[in-house]
Order: sequence, then C-alpha cells, then structure tokens
Amino acid sequence: MKASRSQNLSRRFIILWTGVVIAFLYVPMIAVVLASFSKQRYFKFPIQSWTDKWYQKAFSSLSVRELLWTSLSVAALVTIISVVLAFFGALAFARYDWKGRKLYQRLILLPIFFPQAVLGLAMLLWFSAIGVITSWQTAVFAHLVWITPIVILIMSIQVYSFDPALEEAAYDLGATRWQVLTEITLPILSPGIISGAIFAFLLSWGNFPLSLFTTGADQTIPEWLYAKMVSGYTPMVPTLGSLTLSSAAVFLLIAYIIWLAISARQRRMENR
Amino acid sequence: MAKTSQSNMSSWLKQPGVLAALPASLFLLIGFAGPLLLVVAYSFMPSKTFTLLQAPTIENYSSIISDSYYISFFWSLAMALTTVVLLFIICYPIAYGMAKLFNKWANLVTALIAVPILISENIRLFGWVLILLKNGVFDGSMQSLFGLSISGLLFTVPAITLGLVYVYLPFMLFPLVIGISMVPETLKEAASDLGATRWQIFREIELPLSMPGLMIGGILTFVLVLGSLAEAKILGGQAIVMIADDIESAFTFAQNWPKGSALSVLLIALSGIIVFLLFRRVDLDRVIGRR
Repeated sequence: MKASRSQNLSRRFIILWTGVVIAFLYVPMIAVVLASFSKQRYFKFPIQSWTDKWYQKAFSSLSVRELLWTSLSVAALVTIISVVLAFFGALAFARYDWKGRKLYQRLILLPIFFPQAVLGLAMLLWFSAIGVITSWQTAVFAHLVWITPIVILIMSIQVYSFDPALEEAAYDLGATRWQVLTEITLPILSPGIISGAIFAFLLSWGNFPLSLFTTGADQTIPEWLYAKMVSGYTPMVPTLGSLTLSSAAVFLLIAYIIWLAISARQRRMENR
Repeated sequence: MAKTSQSNMSSWLKQPGVLAALPASLFLLIGFAGPLLLVVAYSFMPSKTFTLLQAPTIENYSSIISDSYYISFFWSLAMALTTVVLLFIICYPIAYGMAKLFNKWANLVTALIAVPILISENIRLFGWVLILLKNGVFDGSMQSLFGLSISGLLFTVPAITLGLVYVYLPFMLFPLVIGISMVPETLKEAASDLGATRWQIFREIELPLSMPGLMIGGILTFVLVLGSLAEAKILGGQAIVMIADDIESAFTFAQNWPKGSALSVLLIALSGIIVFLLFRRVDLDRVIGRR
C-alpha cells in the first residue's frame, strides 16, 4: 500500500478530531466538579475561592443519605433481576435456532427505541389502572422494562461467539443440564454477563425520565437534581452531581478490574 | 386437525430457544405491551376522564389536529433531523478511525466514548448549563481573557441542539463503527487500483456497504431525539416546546390523561413506522453477530 501525503494528512485529521470530540464529552463533567468546590452561592467563572463545605453539608444531610439509599436500592435490584432475565433472553436471541426467533429479536428490542418519558407515563397509567401505589419498587419495574432489552443486546454480542459444540460435548460426556449451565455456559459467558450487569447498574443509577413518573413519593438522585435545576441553582446540585459522577467512576473501575481478572483467567484456561 | 396443531404447539414450546425466550418475553408482555395498550385505550376516552368505562370517541385526536400541536411535532422532527445530520458528519471520521486506523487504541477510544453514557444525563446537561450560563465557564473566560461578554447562549435553539448532539453521540458512533468495519479493505484497494478517486470510493463502496450501521445509528438517534425531554427543558428553558414536553404537561399540569395518551399514540406511531422500516431492511444477526 502506498502511503501518500494526503493519506497521512487525513490520518492526522482523524486522530485530532477524535481527541477534540472526546474532550467535548468530558468538559461538562469537569465543569460540574469544579463548580462543586466553589465557595460562592451563585456560580461565577473563573472561580475566586475554593471550599469543601458543600461536601461536608452533603455528607451530614439526612435527606441526601435517603436519596443515595433509594437510588442504590433501585439500581441493585434492577441489576440482579435484569441480568437473570437477560441471560436466558440472550441465549434465545443468539444461541438457539428456533422458529419465531427473528420475530423475537425484533420485538424484544422495541423498548430500547421507545421514548423513555412516554414509557414512564404509560407505566404511571398502568400502575394506577391495576391499583398499585407508585414508590421506588414500581420504579424498579419501570427501569427493568427499558434495561432488560439493553442487557439482552449486550450479552448477545458475547453469546454469538459462544461455541455450542462445547455444551454438546459436555452432554455427550454425561453432564446434566444443571452441570452444563453452571460449569460450561455460565463461566464462558461471564465477561458478557458482567458487562451487562455494569450497564444495568449504571443506566438505572443515572436514569431520570422513567424515575420521574414512577417513583411516587420516593425520589432518586437524578430526580432531585432535575427538580433543583429547574427551580433555581443551589451549590448542592454540582456537589451531589459530582458525588454521583465519582461513585459511578469508582464502580466502573472496580467492575473493569473484575472483568480483566475473569477474562485473563479464561485465556489461561483456553491455553491449557 | 385440532389435535395435530396442539401437538405442534407443544413441540414448539419444548424447543430450548422458546424456553429461554419465555421469561423476558412474558415480563415485557406485562411491563411493555400492557401499558402501551392501556395508553391506546385511554386515547379514545372523553377528555379529562380517568376511567376506561366511557363510550369511545376520537375527540382527542381531532382536537390535536385542530390545535397548535403541529408546532411541537414540527420542532421535534426538525431537531431530530438536524441532530442526525450533525452527528453523521461529526461521527464518520471517528468511526472510520476506530474501524480502520486505531488498531489497539480502538478499545481505549471505545471505552472513553462509552463511559459518559453511564453518567446521568441530567448531570452532564447541567455541566453545559454551567458552561453556557451568564458568568459561566465560557462567558467568564471570554471576559477575563478578552474583556468580551458573551451571554445569552443558554436557553436557545442552538443550545438544545448542542445538548442533543452531546447526549446521543455514542448512539450514532457505535453502529457506524460496526457498519464501516463491514467494508472489506480489498474491495477499496481494487477500486483504487482501477483508478477510482477517494470520493468515488467513498460514494460507491464505503457508503453503500456500511449502510446497515449508518441506518441503525441514524434511526436510533432520530427516534431518541424525537422522544427526548430533558435537553429542551434544561438547556432550552422556554425557547421551544418539543412533543415529549407537551405529553408530559398534558398528563401532569392539565390532568388530561386522554389527551396525553392521544399525543403519545401519535408519537409512538411516528417512531414505530420509522423503526419498522429499518428492521425490515436490516439483518440483526449480521450486524450484531458479524456472521
């Protein structure tokens, strides 16, 4: 292949452009973190004096603890339930060949394409029609409707590369269905399951449009942030924003390390 | 006859694929199809009622058509189209780089672009508020560097467009990457050897062959913008009203469930038609599984 000057130029342009766009993605988050350390009641840039008093206030506030606890409970439940549902859902999506699969693949993904605010309102109607009072538990249900298909999609990518011959070999050697599931299928698919769980947890943790209509009297952090943003600025908005941001980052880091460990172990097993 | 169809049914049910599909399918039947049917039913109820026990009527739809709702539908469609075009221009070079140039760096770039999806949209949009605000990051830097004051950036249509492009960028980028990586290098080399220009190769080979990814990305972002709520409210203030905002106020402030339901049905129908047209043309096994 000839590498001409114009090719080199466009290569440089692409690298530069990618850097610019990645910076564009992170600049607003940096602004939020900076604002949370500003002493002034109203945000003014450049920041004159710095403080950590908003963080001290946030950590000692009972209502902040309650918000964190609600968001955490919703996200944890959503993760567990969606991963179980999606594990089988992804096997049906990508592993097995069955009549009706093409239709299933299309229908199961529909909620992803669906406007979330409308989905949240439809859920609100649904809960009131069947006589369920909305609370953080109904928000779990609402999140699941949107998040389960996403987790199915993510896990399917891994399932596509799964070799069914491994399962068949285990059956031939006399393994039971349960043994095949726990000793062959689950371990091989575990990187996909973990990626799915990460997405499930963080998408639920940060979700706003579904929570807005389905949490009833309870409130998650994104809802609280929105309410405060619309009704007027308080320094607690960037502070709580930075706290959720950094907890998501820490969660992601831990999950990434676990994921690395598992795929490294798998590679060792394959090489043996 | 009845007996054979019954045994067909039970043998179909015994396939492992069907069994695996059941839990998620049943859940979405209750959690997704149920609420949707309910919304459709409510949209035919008389205005401002809260039960389903009245005679059906189409008054909600006729009042939507005679009212000024076409303005918010227009804005939603216009914003969706603008966002998709901008995103295509912004994302194509990056997607090309990720599919063909970056090699081992591609994973890092993917991670850096995917991580923001996992941070709450509200926090990220609030970051833009801080940047665009009077005395905010942008205005404040301009003032201290050049002594210029540039306020009035927030609560405008360009601010909303910026927010939409910002939030939905990964949803255009990742399908595009898959689309572009489906184009065989050898085909491009052959065209180049036969004397095709760079532009001809793009138009005749790269663009048509990466079309499945481009279509998924384009339609995904189009539909997401169509139903978006937070961007216009947080960055737009009162600048424009998009359709999801109208639906929300019909349900909440106006307490008019049937009107809100009818508006939802129209939005769903619009998005549904677009998604349906897409799915008819794209083979999911090939795009997701790269078979």
